[in-house]
Amino acid sequence: MYTKKVMDHFTNPRNMGELQDADGVGTVGNAKCGDIMRIYLKVEDEVIKDVTFKTFGCGAAVATSSIATELVKGKTIRDALKITNDAVVEALDGLPKAKIHCSLLAEEALHAALWDYSQKHGIEIEGLEPPKEDVGEHHHEDALEEA
Amino acid sequence: MEKRVYFDHAATTPTHPEVVEAMMPYFTQSFGNPSSIYEIAQINKKAIDSAREQVAKLIHADPMEIYFTSGATEADNWAIKGIAESYKKKGNHIITTTTEHHAVLHTCEYLEKQGYEVTYLPVDEYGVVHIEDLKAAIKDTTILITIMMANNEIGTVQSVGEIGALAREKGILFHTDAVQAVGQIPVDVKDMHIDLLSISGHKLNGPKGIGALYVKKGVRLKAFIHGGAQERRRRGGTENVPGIVGLGKAMEIAGSHMEAKAKSLIALRDKLIDGIKEKVPYCKLNGHPEQRLPNNVNYSFEFIEGESLLIMLDMKGISASSGSACTSGSLDPSHVLLGIGLPHEIAHGSLRITLGMHSSEEDVDYLLEVLPSIVQRLRDMSPLYEDFVKKQG
Repeated sequence: MYTKKVMDHFTNPRNMGELQDADGVGTVGNAKCGDIMRIYLKVEDEVIKDVTFKTFGCGAAVATSSIATELVKGKTIRDALKITNDAVVEALDGLPKAKIHCSLLAEEALHAALWDYSQKHGIEIEGLEPPKEDVGEHHHEDALEEA
Repeated sequence: MEKRVYFDHAATTPTHPEVVEAMMPYFTQSFGNPSSIYEIAQINKKAIDSAREQVAKLIHADPMEIYFTSGATEADNWAIKGIAESYKKKGNHIITTTTEHHAVLHTCEYLEKQGYEVTYLPVDEYGVVHIEDLKAAIKDTTILITIMMANNEIGTVQSVGEIGALAREKGILFHTDAVQAVGQIPVDVKDMHIDLLSISGHKLNGPKGIGALYVKKGVRLKAFIHGGAQERRRRGGTENVPGIVGLGKAMEIAGSHMEAKAKSLIALRDKLIDGIKEKVPYCKLNGHPEQRLPNNVNYSFEFIEGESLLIMLDMKGISASSGSACTSGSLDPSHVLLGIGLPHEIAHGSLRITLGMHSSEEDVDYLLEVLPSIVQRLRDMSPLYEDFVKKQG
């Protein structure tokens, strides 16, 4: 079902983890739909010096997050913004049709993290839009009680 | 050699070697068409009769009440559409549940589009249908109750005898999809007051592409496939003789070992249930704690997604299943898990482990050894778990 590249990034995710003192953090997706991606950024002189991710989701969701971090690391904000979901899919040698939404989520997560960075530092980034407010809350205790 | 452990027997089972052996002559030696007159044809006819007896015996039916089909999906379709059409003058109301197999649900949805009315009964948190809800749903126009005997995902076994007795008392026909139950637990169509019952070959170590529908004597059921005189003119088409022989043999084997098999499966099942509960925090057993199939374990693991779990288990040589949306190509996780009241995010993280004839204690120990670290690895990747840990302080 998945390409070797997807499996490689799923089993050996690059840049996975929380980034302490991140300059920007973006979380997108919805637990209800089974996908949540969070991207952490460290930015210096408008260059993405470090980037990490955390993902709740399927193999494709993990792989797209992982490769997206590789694609933007070391790039300027302007160049990072040019990376689309198509580039993510291409870099993974393709994704099944039903999983294309994962690559869109990776693009959105990166944009959300850049938006957070821009808001925190009072910087306007041309072409960057605020993220969609659809991150589902995870009512862990309630869920267990209800179940 | 790479270790392989198969834990997906609710999806399909390996064909029993004795079943394969029984089927073989009907491919190459006795290949005659059972409708023909010569000897190699008549051998086939006898083989079909014999298989019909084997199938009937396990469910305490009369052989003439057994009709062979291409599988349980066809049997479910035939039973529901057939009764709806045959009893149209009596009424147009059908009762089922929200947690049936899609072969039943989609057939009911199709009938709704044809003008029939369908009530989808809720189930409780364990997947059990309450008899009071069923009583309340019955109308003067109700012609059929179709409720599965045991759920394919969470393993919950319904009180079919009670449902059947109520249906009989009210003069309503009762169909049950018994795909997961037959060969695993005792089934008696007479004691359970069942009018129609669906069986699948490949779920009980028989071949794929063969099933059966039990139709109680006296129940009016229109022909499903029009053609030749096969299956007493109710299901035309040259019989799948090797498949029918295989189903018969599989039913015979299942019947002869059922009690011993159930005992050993229950021991393995309970070891898994207890072991997972002990080794993996933040998990929940889905389905009824006692009223469940001997081979079914279904857990939801918080903070993780089922497909990722399945891939990682597969990489360790373990084949299992999930009710996660990602494995079905839809956005919603399993309708059964939602039906028992699980929130979407918990339902996404489900794992179904179903045991079978080759399952061993070693397999169970292996799963219990690898599962906790895989779950933890995925949780370490999950922002939901990160938030939870931070919240805990």
